Amino acid sequence: MIPESNPAPVVVAMSGGVDSSTVAGLLARQGARVVGLTLQLWNQRRLPELAGGDGPVAHRCCSLDDVYDARRVAEHCGFPFYVMNFERRFEDAVIRPFVAEYLSGRTPLPCAHCNSSVKFSDLLTTARQLGAERLATGHYARVRRNEAAGRWELLRARDAGKDQSYFLFGLTQEQLARTLFPLGELTKREVRDLARDLQLPVAEKPESQEICFVPSGDYAQFIAAYQAEQGAAPETTAGEIVNTAGEVVGAHAGVHGYTVGQRRGLGALRREAGAHREPRYVVRIEPESRRLVVGEDRELFRDRCLVGDVNWVSVEAPSAPLRAEVKIRHRHEPAAAWVEPLEESGSAGGAAHLCVRFDEPQRAITPGQAAVFYDSDRVLGGGWIR
Amino acid sequence: MAVYLDHNSTTPVAPEVLEAMVPYLSGECGNASSIHSYGQRARAAVERARESVAALVGARAAEVVFTSGGTESDNLAIFGIVAADTRAAKHVITTQIEHHAVLNSCQALERLGVEVTYLPVSRAGVVDPAEVRRALRPETVLITVMHANNELGTVQPIEEIGRIAAEADVYFHTDAVQSAGKLPLAVDGLGVDLLSLSGHKLRGPKGVGALYVRKGARLRPLFYGGHHERDRRPGTENVPGIVGMGRAAQLAAANLAVDGPRLAVLRDRLERELVARVPQARVNGAGAPRTPNTSNITFPFVEGEALVIALDLRGVACSTGAACSAGAIEPSHVLTAIGLPPEEARASLRFSLGHETTTADVETALAIIPGAVETLRELSPLYQKTAG
Repeated sequence: MIPESNPAPVVVAMSGGVDSSTVAGLLARQGARVVGLTLQLWNQRRLPELAGGDGPVAHRCCSLDDVYDARRVAEHCGFPFYVMNFERRFEDAVIRPFVAEYLSGRTPLPCAHCNSSVKFSDLLTTARQLGAERLATGHYARVRRNEAAGRWELLRARDAGKDQSYFLFGLTQEQLARTLFPLGELTKREVRDLARDLQLPVAEKPESQEICFVPSGDYAQFIAAYQAEQGAAPETTAGEIVNTAGEVVGAHAGVHGYTVGQRRGLGALRREAGAHREPRYVVRIEPESRRLVVGEDRELFRDRCLVGDVNWVSVEAPSAPLRAEVKIRHRHEPAAAWVEPLEESGSAGGAAHLCVRFDEPQRAITPGQAAVFYDSDRVLGGGWIR
Repeated sequence: MAVYLDHNSTTPVAPEVLEAMVPYLSGECGNASSIHSYGQRARAAVERARESVAALVGARAAEVVFTSGGTESDNLAIFGIVAADTRAAKHVITTQIEHHAVLNSCQALERLGVEVTYLPVSRAGVVDPAEVRRALRPETVLITVMHANNELGTVQPIEEIGRIAAEADVYFHTDAVQSAGKLPLAVDGLGVDLLSLSGHKLRGPKGVGALYVRKGARLRPLFYGGHHERDRRPGTENVPGIVGMGRAAQLAAANLAVDGPRLAVLRDRLERELVARVPQARVNGAGAPRTPNTSNITFPFVEGEALVIALDLRGVACSTGAACSAGAIEPSHVLTAIGLPPEEARASLRFSLGHETTTADVETALAIIPGAVETLRELSPLYQKTAG
């Protein structure tokens, strides 16, 4: 909470949605000197072939409507509001890697990249340039200072169902020191109630569910449109579908349309000799040979994975294996595991690598996603599944 | 209250202008085309305003058409002249630094099959008349070159181009939105056939402008309706707006001789001091004749958008260039045309002074701007890298 005597402004990142709007309204009511900022991240009009397909719940990010909503909230609460164009940075830091990851057979997690590389880096810098000491967002998560350990800790939100700490594992100590998550102690219902209490114009606005720059949820379509716009030669990633024995059982139109554990979109697969009619799932993606490897449900289970580019948050990088509950996906019940640092002292690139060894095999561990290590409510750290 | 240094974007309405307008927003409600006495009074007010605007540019009242603003005036001039020309193949000459109202109109003309030449400008932001002559073709129907550029303040050689246009017997339009009230205007001296004006750049209200159309010029209207403005621009006259613009034009003419030099002194001080106090700050367009109130400065290693916001939070209002392109991902086409690479174009701010600007305002701005730039630079990774 900002003491009223502190004249430094707090920048609130506003998306036009209920959560960030409530943060802004709440801080303003508490007497903070709020400056609302909406980031223009992606121009929806850039890929015209994607326009005009608005699902019932899908809400376009950065649309004029969202900016308008954020502006109305600012007007209602009485604080200055600005829109800033971060399109170039967002394209470089989030969109390009997103497309590249899919084309490489991985399933990316753009929201985590956005947090680390754009929101809590460039936006935080800009906030400080504007004279603010802190950046507040509508994320459901908590930050806590542990004086004894001399560290900033990242914690799950009190509302476990809304918790977004999974996407914030990449935050550094420096970033956490300057971050406020006012919604961390509230449930979604309490946030809505607060929005109504503040009489925010967006109090009844529905949630957006998808990745902000792909409101339709059709990633394959987005990737194709983006590639075309970039003038990338339409090199296909189409290829064969094989089973885990290496036998060809079908064909696919592009690896980037699939993720580990996926069942739909495989088409009619050749029935393997002697096999029961069990459903087939994507077990592995091999981009070099453009093959999708499919198998039965039981073949999706693995008890370990390699994790790279690890960021340690609430604790320092350990030298010995430690116990944690590990999430391999946003919608995943954290599973007990050993997190074992691998010997990579002095390796080129300096990226910390480790091995996560689960007590129980986990289903569909997906390269490109994040593995985030929890100790009860605390996020110990996290990294990228290799 | 913030120090307002964005007069090129818009100007405060002069008290005299507001006073002149009020009756027409209350009791004097007549439609200027009505026969009865309410209408007659409104008509008289409109015609008085027309005389004032004509006087500002050295034209005859009958040659002034009232519009909704500078953008409409530009559109009317460009589409009006081109459409009225009956030749099969048509060509238009303009520059790369025109306001979007001119540029986008020209682009629309291209989509209609008209050829357009967009002349480059020098590093100082001035077009070369010789290039205009070289670009002429038998099928050229219109030359349109702005008098003063809105972002840089640089003044184009209108008189020379006027002579070239006359020789070639080609219509010549100038967008004088930014020069009116800052530089003396005389349509005969400039040699123009059409000239655009905007009320709100002249301490008048927003939503009204004018187009000077030389007697005898063949102009097709943009839209259709009644017979207003001698069949050149239909629609019930915006009486309060027109009255306001007329009064603003009177004030502009009266104040020109005093305001010009006074603002030049203030602008020069602001510019000189900023360049002195902010390392590597650079003025754009300094090598050319400029309107006395405009200063466009590049502050390397700073994101212009962030600086404008930072300054607003500290009480100085200015802009990164044209207000209408705020938030655009592309850097200013004007700064790009004078050769600035994108990072420098994006690091540039425009300060534009006006009638109300005082010495104290400039001193306040000078007390705030260097510190703001420094704060941004200190936190800029780019600055660290090069300074380091």
